[in-house]
Amino acid sequence: MDFQPGPWQREINVRDFIVRNYTPYDGDKSFLAAPTARTLELWRRLTERMKLERERNGVYDIDTRTISTITSHAPGYIDRELEQIVGVQTDEPLKRAIMPFGGIRLVRTELDAYGRTMDPLVEEVFKYRKTHNDGVFDVYTEEMKKARHAGIITGLPDSYGRGRIIGDYRRVPLYGVDFLIREKERAKREMVIDVMDSDHIRKREEIAEQLKALHELKELGRSYGFDLSRPAEDVREAIQWLYLAYLAAVKEQNGAAMSIGRISTFLDIYAERDLKRGKFTEEQIQELVDHFIMKLRIVRFLRTPAYDELFSGDPTWVTESIGGMALDGRPLVTRMSYRFLHTLVNLGPAPEPNLTVLWSSRLPENFKRFCAEISIRTSSIQYENDDLMRVKFGDDYGIACCVSAMRIGKQMQFFGARCNLAKALLYAINGGRDVKCGNEQVGPAIPLLSHCEYLDYDEVMRNFEEITDWLSKLYIDTLNIIHYMHDKYCYERIEMALHDEEVVRTMAGGIAGLSVLADSLSAIKYARVKPVRNAAGLAENFITEGEFPKFGNDDDRVDQIAVELVKSFQKKLASHYAYRHSRPTMSILTITSNVMYGKKTASTPDGRKAGEPFAPGANPMHGRDVNGAVAALRSVSKLPYDYAEDGISYTFSIVPEALGRDEAAARANLITLLDGYFGGEGHHLNVNVLQRETLLDAMEHPEKYPQLTIRVSGYAVNFVKLTREQQLDVVNRTFHRKL
Amino acid sequence: MWSTGPSTESSDPGASGRIHSTESFGTLDGPGVRFVVFFAGCPLRCRYCHNPDTWDPERGARRRVEELMAQILRCRGYLSGGVTLSGGEPLAQPAFAQALLRACRREGLHTALDTAGSLPLAQTRTVLDAADLVLLDLKAADDALARQLTGHGNAETLATLDYLEQTGKPVWLRQVLVPGWTLVPEQLIATAELLRPYRCLERVELLPFHQLGAFKYRELGIAYPLADCPEPTACELAAAKAIFQERGLPV
Repeated sequence: MDFQPGPWQREINVRDFIVRNYTPYDGDKSFLAAPTARTLELWRRLTERMKLERERNGVYDIDTRTISTITSHAPGYIDRELEQIVGVQTDEPLKRAIMPFGGIRLVRTELDAYGRTMDPLVEEVFKYRKTHNDGVFDVYTEEMKKARHAGIITGLPDSYGRGRIIGDYRRVPLYGVDFLIREKERAKREMVIDVMDSDHIRKREEIAEQLKALHELKELGRSYGFDLSRPAEDVREAIQWLYLAYLAAVKEQNGAAMSIGRISTFLDIYAERDLKRGKFTEEQIQELVDHFIMKLRIVRFLRTPAYDELFSGDPTWVTESIGGMALDGRPLVTRMSYRFLHTLVNLGPAPEPNLTVLWSSRLPENFKRFCAEISIRTSSIQYENDDLMRVKFGDDYGIACCVSAMRIGKQMQFFGARCNLAKALLYAINGGRDVKCGNEQVGPAIPLLSHCEYLDYDEVMRNFEEITDWLSKLYIDTLNIIHYMHDKYCYERIEMALHDEEVVRTMAGGIAGLSVLADSLSAIKYARVKPVRNAAGLAENFITEGEFPKFGNDDDRVDQIAVELVKSFQKKLASHYAYRHSRPTMSILTITSNVMYGKKTASTPDGRKAGEPFAPGANPMHGRDVNGAVAALRSVSKLPYDYAEDGISYTFSIVPEALGRDEAAARANLITLLDGYFGGEGHHLNVNVLQRETLLDAMEHPEKYPQLTIRVSGYAVNFVKLTREQQLDVVNRTFHRKL
Repeated sequence: MWSTGPSTESSDPGASGRIHSTESFGTLDGPGVRFVVFFAGCPLRCRYCHNPDTWDPERGARRRVEELMAQILRCRGYLSGGVTLSGGEPLAQPAFAQALLRACRREGLHTALDTAGSLPLAQTRTVLDAADLVLLDLKAADDALARQLTGHGNAETLATLDYLEQTGKPVWLRQVLVPGWTLVPEQLIATAELLRPYRCLERVELLPFHQLGAFKYRELGIAYPLADCPEPTACELAAAKAIFQERGLPV
């Protein structure tokens, strides 16, 4: 049985292979297989090891001697007899490697944090080898350092791997590495060069590096007993080949987000063929998938506790994009889409891999129901609007990290973290000075707004324009330095080897504090805001008199302020030259760093007190959206994706009982919500249907659950506003007794 | 007689009314996802009420029908169910409730009216007619018990139920199960027997009493008579359900 032929045979074109060969599936979940005895045993062993990891302060072990590369470590196994898909980052599962090319200082800090010391030989190497981090700080201007220190620009990947690059790992099983090497060699040979300038020199050197990485990938395969030079011949090999390609990437790069792309429907083509020819049963295929997903769940990087605190855990963002529609109108849902999601049942819920469903109103109803069911059961799925993204990215894009869409193997981004626009507003009021940093002059010395008792909207906006003009330029310039140095000292060899030679690059900027900013401006416009000044005459607090519309209530008076802010800042970013002619884009995403941004930001005119967290991503501030979820979703979906093409993140949390009276109603209502939101051009939705553990966590970390709502018979309370006693009551009532 | 107070904004009494709040993602008051409008003001004082902040009409904001309709229609893409008028007691502002129901109907939105039916039919008949579904909250089958629980007998509610039966209006009948009050076998049997003949009942919803409203009483400085009342156990709820099932009622 052969695959349908096509252009994919003559050139690298995974999409063409997929659309010619895949089998859409619109049936229900009844074909799915339970975990095998082997899977259960393997998972049990892994769980024990992860328990040890937690007991050892979150780090199982560290190999302090070996600089991690694709081929640096001997093969490692969980249990060689049991595991059907093999390969770990070092010679032992969960043991972390050092990856110093991003920054040797950071590795030292990381080792210190866990009571380990740097191996003298490694120290010696980095006396002579410069890192990305060294390069950046050699070049940063004083102004950049100041902005970074004040936290108006933060989270910059200047001392850690930038990530957010998705290698097209599918190329390895489809073509085998030898074919990929030949194609790269040809590209290098046939490269047209007018002037041998630094751009061309860099490009030739990069291809040379990519070729080395591909050879090393074959070596990695050999060490585990596989010949990756040839294409995979069945589904087991396809998964194994693909995983080893991904493994090569996470052995070499400690990127903030190491996403895997859009692999399930690709792999289904092999699975369907093997099912038809009787080579594997459904149970065996699910076992391969379960074992593969286990591997993705144990991707580990050595990071500092501070980093983990910022991101609430140890995230790797092994994002896999599932579903969506093909350009020819067929859903890209296959049995493998189900199998991937089914791992959440077979192995239980988990944050990784970051399973992302590309939602379209035209997805098969059965699949929608299945997603809703798994969401309600596990809270482990996020949703993104395929109908919105397909227009821009075609039908073979994937999500890097959380919300960043890119064509797989054809596009990459320079990750830019984000700048703090709420702080920028305070600079606009305080003449570019930062009351949280000893009144230091961080921004340009524009006139202080001190002549009136109450703030004037037009004056504030005029100053805000000046501050954001300055900020956008400084921000892009800073990112230019970072990515120049990352390319130079910490180039993603294997990930880029699995890209075309000509890639589209975006410079992915971001903003934090949008709802704080919009509400603050709304307060200034619709209520009266009186600054309370410190000894230096700077506003360090605000007295807000009167009511004002708040973002998250489907009220255009404030929602349109937010929309204009997004458009205006994106236009500013786009007006600056970005490194390698990349196209500046913007995200509205904070992950969990909204807490840290809040800590670094003084009181704001919306009534938020100094140090209090921002809302995450594009969320309304908690407790201010008082008209229910649909009104909040409507506000968020007004933010224009065209001006925030790197993604608009909204986190929605609800208890199962508030979704509907019974399971069928809850599923149907969740589907209605998703169809409504995405039909209204919302971009991203994190759905938390919270279980008991989550509520307990919410009691300890209320800032993570800004709008967790408890509803009983048309009555609503905000969970985090309840007293501890009430919260406990809800926890008990909701979970021990069914309504 | 309890009233909404003088209308200040319009000569047409139905053009505006007192609203406690709105909920754009209502999933528990009627079928599908619904926009729920909570009316302010209620003539009853149920001991177990979890929304005492809806009792006083003066605590509500005056909203116009057109304004509410604009808000509802913006959410239309999400409303697989439709619109529910709840409260408080929507029938306590009959002209306003009727205007809102009719406006929804003109837009093709399914409407539900969540009411205790405790006002005279003479005032409420046309409002009931204007709704597609009535969620009727029967406090107790026994008149004396209803009076003890709510300060009001159940004669109007039963008259309302009869009227809905006569007009063939779909009804979801609801009762809150309060331990020691309505969640006692003889009361449950009495309720089930009472309901047995009605053909208009599409569904009977038995809602377990909960303590989530307790903090509102503290905030409002109102005495909370059921502060020590336990919540029903799963076992008690199952037994209650069985009593209705045995009598062929759609619980």
